[in-house]
Amino acid sequence: MVFQIIATIVYLCILGWLTYSGFKGTKNASDYLLAGRQIHPVIMALSYGATFISTSAIVGFGGQAGMFGMSLLWLTFLNIFVGVFLAFVFFGKRTRRMGRNLDAHTFPELLGLRFQSRFMQGFAALIIFIFMPVYTAAVLKGAVNFLSTQFGIEYNTALFFFVILMAVYVSMGGLKGVMYSDALQGTVMFAGMTFLLIFVYTRLGGVTEAHTRLTELSDQPAVIEQTKVMIENGFQGWTRMPVFNSPYWWSIVTSIVLGVGIGVLAQPQLAVRFMTVKSDRELNRAVVSGGIFILFATGVAFTIGALSNVFFYEEFQQTALVASGEGGIDNIIPLFLRSYLPEWFGTIFMLVLLAAAMSTLSSLFHAIGTSFGRDFIEKGLGVKKRTLGVTRIGVLIAIILTAVLAYVGNEVDATFGMIAQSTAVFFGLCGAAFLPSYFAGLYFKKLSRIAAISSMVTGACASTIWLFFFHGRNASVIGLCQLIFGKDHLLAGTALEKLSQVDSILIGLPLATIVIIVVGLLTHARYEKGHIDHCFQGIVDKSTAKNK
Amino acid sequence: MLLGIPDFWIWLVYILCIFSSALCVVYGLLNWNKGKDAENGSSAENQDWAKKEKEIEDKL
Repeated sequence: MVFQIIATIVYLCILGWLTYSGFKGTKNASDYLLAGRQIHPVIMALSYGATFISTSAIVGFGGQAGMFGMSLLWLTFLNIFVGVFLAFVFFGKRTRRMGRNLDAHTFPELLGLRFQSRFMQGFAALIIFIFMPVYTAAVLKGAVNFLSTQFGIEYNTALFFFVILMAVYVSMGGLKGVMYSDALQGTVMFAGMTFLLIFVYTRLGGVTEAHTRLTELSDQPAVIEQTKVMIENGFQGWTRMPVFNSPYWWSIVTSIVLGVGIGVLAQPQLAVRFMTVKSDRELNRAVVSGGIFILFATGVAFTIGALSNVFFYEEFQQTALVASGEGGIDNIIPLFLRSYLPEWFGTIFMLVLLAAAMSTLSSLFHAIGTSFGRDFIEKGLGVKKRTLGVTRIGVLIAIILTAVLAYVGNEVDATFGMIAQSTAVFFGLCGAAFLPSYFAGLYFKKLSRIAAISSMVTGACASTIWLFFFHGRNASVIGLCQLIFGKDHLLAGTALEKLSQVDSILIGLPLATIVIIVVGLLTHARYEKGHIDHCFQGIVDKSTAKNK
Repeated sequence: MLLGIPDFWIWLVYILCIFSSALCVVYGLLNWNKGKDAENGSSAENQDWAKKEKEIEDKL
């Protein structure tokens, strides 16, 4: 305990020095651009990674892997291929260029200026303001779960102190993403995950031996007894996919893998990062470190999450989920690290995760603040006066809402996995609402404003309605459908009940895509003269470049 | 059973994770020096953008 306290103080001092005094006079990405200086691509990628990968990924989804097994690795694959490669190469470069051309500083502003629509900017901002606290609560809960397990204190006590810490950090100017402190967290996280991987595989006798032991574990009579309900829902072991078309299969594939894996492309707090680099060269270089970092951060978390079952069974004859007790899925990773890793590692890893959570939370509150003040109030509603005070109130409301959701989230069923589910809900909603118009805005010059607006509204509404009233798992936890209609979800007891397992991204995104295509074909683009050329200035279309 | 994993789809994704990371490394290394904007014009543009970004951050 003494070591933990000393290490905490030392780490916070280092972070504090980096955050508030800066390094060589520069602090964040804007400072670098303003000074005309270059951000090292490794720093940029580690900063992106530290924002993208946080307690939600490691604690929340790592815990999901502890329950469901290595099928979660499909999310790691999408995080790398979609979240890094496709995002940086096919979205990032055009976002950076178009953002500069339009002088856009937020994601709603990028969409609003591209399509010359204040409605789009305001509507997108409203979605972010209302729903982003769901994701921030997931990140917060992950940090608090870790804190409470590591220090052996009550969840609500840990939540109280962390919220105070977060509020102090934000009020002292902590909304700026500080590149070097983000990169420090990213570096230590990378080193920590590497150590974790080597430690776990070595303890279990090597890669093949570890996987074999995990496979054989699910055949143990005691394990079969403990996973009886899971088996009824499609569970086949931690090294196998769930039974095709089973409830677990739909939950893993549609909510966790596709919801997050595709939704990452339209995350407001990630997309704006592309606008902070000097040129495409920085993005090209960042792909290298980004690809490696995400592999280690999430691939390791999900692998060790699954393998934790071997450790827990050997010592307690219990699966990870059973051993985690009341804390449930979200307690698996913190408990595993506390129980089986050296104390010094657990302490350092906890500090890194807490700092990463603060970093992610600060970028999320930044996005919420700018969405509410700049995009919704100023641009969407056209209010010019006293927006500063309104913005700050907006951030304060977001912090309070986040804390309340994190508190409530600990009260739900331990097998629900609030962290991962909340993350999947927000990512899926952003994907359905923003992805078609965002992608089309970057690539199709002739797309009309009405097509983009229709797509955004369709995606947002379809996803939200499905989430609240049709998706069995989420609708029953939210409880609004029960309140209004007296049933967990509207498909309960009907011939279409099986559809309630499908995540809202598989409803909202296809609908939004169909709408943008149909309306786009039926309508003509009408913008101010020269606007489209201005948007696409400097963006080379390879087909026209070849023909010249 | 390969690498102790009996399910083809899990074995496949294990390998895909490594290959996709390798793809990122190869792409990045091949394009390491490509994409640098023309210096002067883009510098001024970047600085104007950054100035406004700082104003927004300070407001928050």
